[in-house]
Parts: sequence; C-alpha cells; structure tokens
Amino acid sequence: MSAHVQDEDATNAYQSLAGSVDHDDPRWAFGSGFEDMEADLTAPVPDGADPADLAAYCLMLGDDALVYSHRLTEWVSHAPELEEEVALANTALDLLGQARVLLARAGHVEGLVPGGTARDEDALAYWREVGELRNVALAEPSDDLDFARAIARLLVFSTWRIALLHPLRDSADPVIAAVAAKGVKEVTYHRDHAARWTLRLGDGTAESRARMQDALEWVWPFLEELFRTSDEERRLVAAGVAVDPAGTRAEVDEVLDRVLDRATLTRPEAPGMGTIGGLGGRQGVHTEKLEHAVLVMQSLARKHPGATW
Amino acid sequence: MTSTAPSPAELEERFDATIAADQRIEPRDWMPEAYRKSLIRQIAQHAHSEIIGMQPEGNWLLRAPSLRRKAILLAKVQDEAGHGMYLYAAAETLGVDREELTEKLIDSRQKYSSIFNYPTLSWADIGVIGWLVDGAAICNQVPLCRCSYGPYARAMIRICKEESFHQRQGYESLLALANGTEAQREMVQESTNRWWWPSLMMFGPADGDSPNTRQSMEWGIKRHTNDELRQRFVDMTVPQAEALGVTLPDPDLRWNDERGAYDFGEPDWSEFKAVISGAGPANRQRLAHRRRAHENGAWVREAARAYADKQAARAEAGA
Repeated sequence: MSAHVQDEDATNAYQSLAGSVDHDDPRWAFGSGFEDMEADLTAPVPDGADPADLAAYCLMLGDDALVYSHRLTEWVSHAPELEEEVALANTALDLLGQARVLLARAGHVEGLVPGGTARDEDALAYWREVGELRNVALAEPSDDLDFARAIARLLVFSTWRIALLHPLRDSADPVIAAVAAKGVKEVTYHRDHAARWTLRLGDGTAESRARMQDALEWVWPFLEELFRTSDEERRLVAAGVAVDPAGTRAEVDEVLDRVLDRATLTRPEAPGMGTIGGLGGRQGVHTEKLEHAVLVMQSLARKHPGATW
Repeated sequence: MTSTAPSPAELEERFDATIAADQRIEPRDWMPEAYRKSLIRQIAQHAHSEIIGMQPEGNWLLRAPSLRRKAILLAKVQDEAGHGMYLYAAAETLGVDREELTEKLIDSRQKYSSIFNYPTLSWADIGVIGWLVDGAAICNQVPLCRCSYGPYARAMIRICKEESFHQRQGYESLLALANGTEAQREMVQESTNRWWWPSLMMFGPADGDSPNTRQSMEWGIKRHTNDELRQRFVDMTVPQAEALGVTLPDPDLRWNDERGAYDFGEPDWSEFKAVISGAGPANRQRLAHRRRAHENGAWVREAARAYADKQAARAEAGA
C-alpha cells in the first residue's frame, strides 16, 4: 500500500506539502506503464535488427497511440454520460501510457544509430515536425464530438491494435514485448467497450442506427492503410521484432463483421484512402488534420525551449 | 406481541439522539424533511462542482507541456468524473436521481462551486488549482468524512484521499516551475495572484453572513464555520507559498503572535456575490458547455435505453 493511502486524515498530506514530495506512489507517473514494466528501456537492440528500423517501428506504434490518445482526450467534459467520461479518459490514458514507453524506447535506440543522438519521450512528442510522425491516418481526424464516430473509430483501432499486440508479446525486442503484454489487456477492454456501444447504437433507436452507420462510412476509408506493410516492418519481421500488419487483416475483418452483424449494421463498401506516390502515414505523409492536432499539442512546450516541467 | 409504528415525536427523538451520539444516519432511517433537503442540496452542489471542474482543467489537457504532466492531469480529470459519480450516487440514496439533478444544474436551479467560474489562462493555473483550490476543498471536505449522513461521509473518505493526492501533484508541478526558467516562475506568480482571493472565497461568506451554517452544524453536516476553515487554510498555505518563492497578493497578510495565526485581508465580497449570482468571468461558458454536452448526448442515452429494453424483451420472450 502506498504511503498516501495510509493517511487517515487527509490533512496530514496537506500539511506536509512544503516538505519533501516523495515519488514512491506509481501515480506520480500515472499511465506511463514504466512502473510495472519488466523491460529495460535501454535493452540492447535484438540481433538482426537495424537500430534505425527499430526506432522507426517504435515510433509507428507509439505515434498511433499518441495521436489517437490526443483525439480521445478531446472528449473530456463532453461525453454523453459520466460513465463515458471515465471510460474515454481511461482509454486515452492507457494509450498515452503505451505511447510514452514506445517513444522513450525509440529515443534511446535512435542514439544507437551511427551518428544518431538519443532523445527522450518529450523531445519526440513535442519537437518533431509533422512529417516526422509515423502514425496511420486513422488516428488523425477529430471525430468532432460525434459519439458514433468515436465508437466506430475505437472499434476499428482497438480491433486492429489487439491483432498487432497479441503476437508482439513475443517480439524479440523486450520493450515492445512488454508494452504488448500490458497493452493487450488494456486494448481488449477498449475493444469490448466499443463493441458494446456498437450494439447499443446499431440496435438502439432508428436515429442511433443511422448515426452509427454514417460513422462507419466515415471511418472505413482509413482501414486499408492499417494492413499496408512498410519497408521497416518488412525487415523487422525477418528479425522477429515486428508483426506484418498485412497478416492482421483476416482477424480484423472477422471481428468487425461479427460485431456489425450483431449490431444490425452494414459493412461499408467505401474504397480505401489512397497514398501519395505510395507513401502514407508510416512514411510521414499525413492527412491535413494531423498538423492541427500537433500544433495544439506542442504549442506550450515550444514556447519554452529548454524548460523542464 | 404487537408493535406500533413510532410516532413522529419518537422518530424525531431517535434522529436527534443519533446525531447527539455522533452516529450515522443511513438512507432507510427516518430523517426530518429539511435535513434531507439540505443534504440533497449540498451533495448535488458538490457533485456538480466535480463535473464542472473538469472544464477548466480540460482546457489544458491537449496542451500539457510534457507527456508525464498530461498523464497526471488526465488521471486527475478522470478521478473527478468518478467523484461526481459517487456523489450523485450518494444523493440518489436520498430519493432523487442523477438525471433530475443534472437538469437542475443546467437550468441554474442548483449551484456548483463558484471557483470554477474563473478561467484557466496559463499552464501554471493547473498547478495552482491543485495547490490552492484542491487545498481549500480538502479543508472543507475532510470534516465531511465525519458528516452525520453515512453515504456522504463514506463517499467523502474516498474522495478526500484522492483529492489530497491531486493537491500534492499540483504543488509538485509548481515546484518544477518555481525551479525553472524566469518565464516559468513569472507564470506561477501571475497565476497565484489571480487564484488567491477566489480560493479564500471558496469557504463561503463570513460567519456573520452565512445563514445555513448554524443549522448544518446542529445536524452534524458541517463541523466548522466558514471563517474557521478559511483561517486554517491561510495558516497552512503561507509556509507553502514561501517554499515556492511566491508572494501571496495580500498586503495585510502577517503573522499574529498573540493569536498564533496569520492575519489576512478581506476578500472582495462584491466579486463573490457577482460570481455566485451568475456574473462571474466564466459562468455562462461553463453552463453552456455542460448543457451542450448533455443535450448532444441525449440520443446516445436514448439508444442505450432502447437497446436495454429490447434485450429485456428478448430475454423474456426466450425464457
């Protein structure tokens, strides 16, 4: 039991404020996942893996979580029920925690690339340009506080991410494996939550059904990119570090079809969003929406170069 | 053996005896109607404050300057939604429901803490809210853990533990700013200047102007007067301000050896009255935001009810 919980009289903690502030409680780093992770962020790069590829791959998985967490966080104080305030914030927090570990790992491994310099999670989150982010487009747009869109995206994202994290528990990279082991549990809960709401909205009222169907039409064009394999991923699959996203398609399709069917919804026919000369999010080529999110996220940190918080 | 229902006088006597013995009133116990009403008002106001309080903090979530601070703030805001849930549940034991209380909030028939009608204009406000606003809330709330109404007292025990944690996190984030750049230090001072007086107003009007205090104390809902709590808060906070290296914006603030306490100036009660009567800097914005979220969620809640009804009908048909 942590120290503060033992305080019977909460004013004790208050009175002692001016003294030392101890950081023994894991919530000081809430959601980071650092405290209950076995893996060492500075573990050596697995044999056969190129450090530059590994760093890029950690950024891919980390930026997906970081950017999507940002969009989920937009829901705070706007949710339709208090239970959803808690659930959406919790989902955002879980993903932020995954992002932090993955970015920290990426920043460490960047320092092992010949001529490279190590960076911390904040240097990566706050000081990269938009074109240096590696996330998929699915994470980028705001859902404009349309709850049906929020649920549709959460269903797709979590279904896909479980399909990645499940096999990544055996990744040759110990940090990725540890994030995956913890993340599978978290994201399974997210998917379950999204699936339950998909049923309620799809099989609720005529209005909710129409809104949920529209939301699926909104999210569907982003699916195609989720199954595209980047060069870094292809090389890391050979080294036992990465999972080939193309291999997750069957599982994702199967889960989505099952949920949509039970929810009396129709799988959209919308064509997938195209690339620019073969390049997409994994190569740093994004939609127009990402810069807006990143400008907001980085705005304060960039006003104070060199500051610590 | 026959039992006769106790007379109103006996019920009242039993209630008074429970209060006098400092024991808890539970939901199924008889209680005077005025006690019930007073509790509903207070618990609902407290629940509303948790929910409205998510807005000024949420204002900085997307811009939090480090991922660790973002995670801490997100966890805090999530806790506040949770506190709102426990408190509405405590109010529900008194025969009202959450939906009804929410309607009262957005129709301005019930209040929330006036402090949340101030805007968060800098990142330091997030730390200062933790330090001063949560600190003042703790001073107000710790005695409520011994409140005479059981469900409220139990909810408050859990809430106070979490609040005290939030408060330490807020203070710790200010220490980081105070040890940071010149611009960061200025940010803390500027924020403290704006929040100090509103924080003192959180304890409510001076005892002479607080009509509800005496009855609430007799019922064991309240344990200390507004002025007693305000004094306690000032005495605790001054050394913390010194440790941070910020100046509290009160020229009359000084240690009084005779009283063994700090003397301090009078808050601007006209500003307090304006804020509680709806004319504060952010009242309209906060309520409009809450109303919009509630109205935008109506179709979702309706869908959830329709789905639950269908499921129940299917279960019945299948049974």
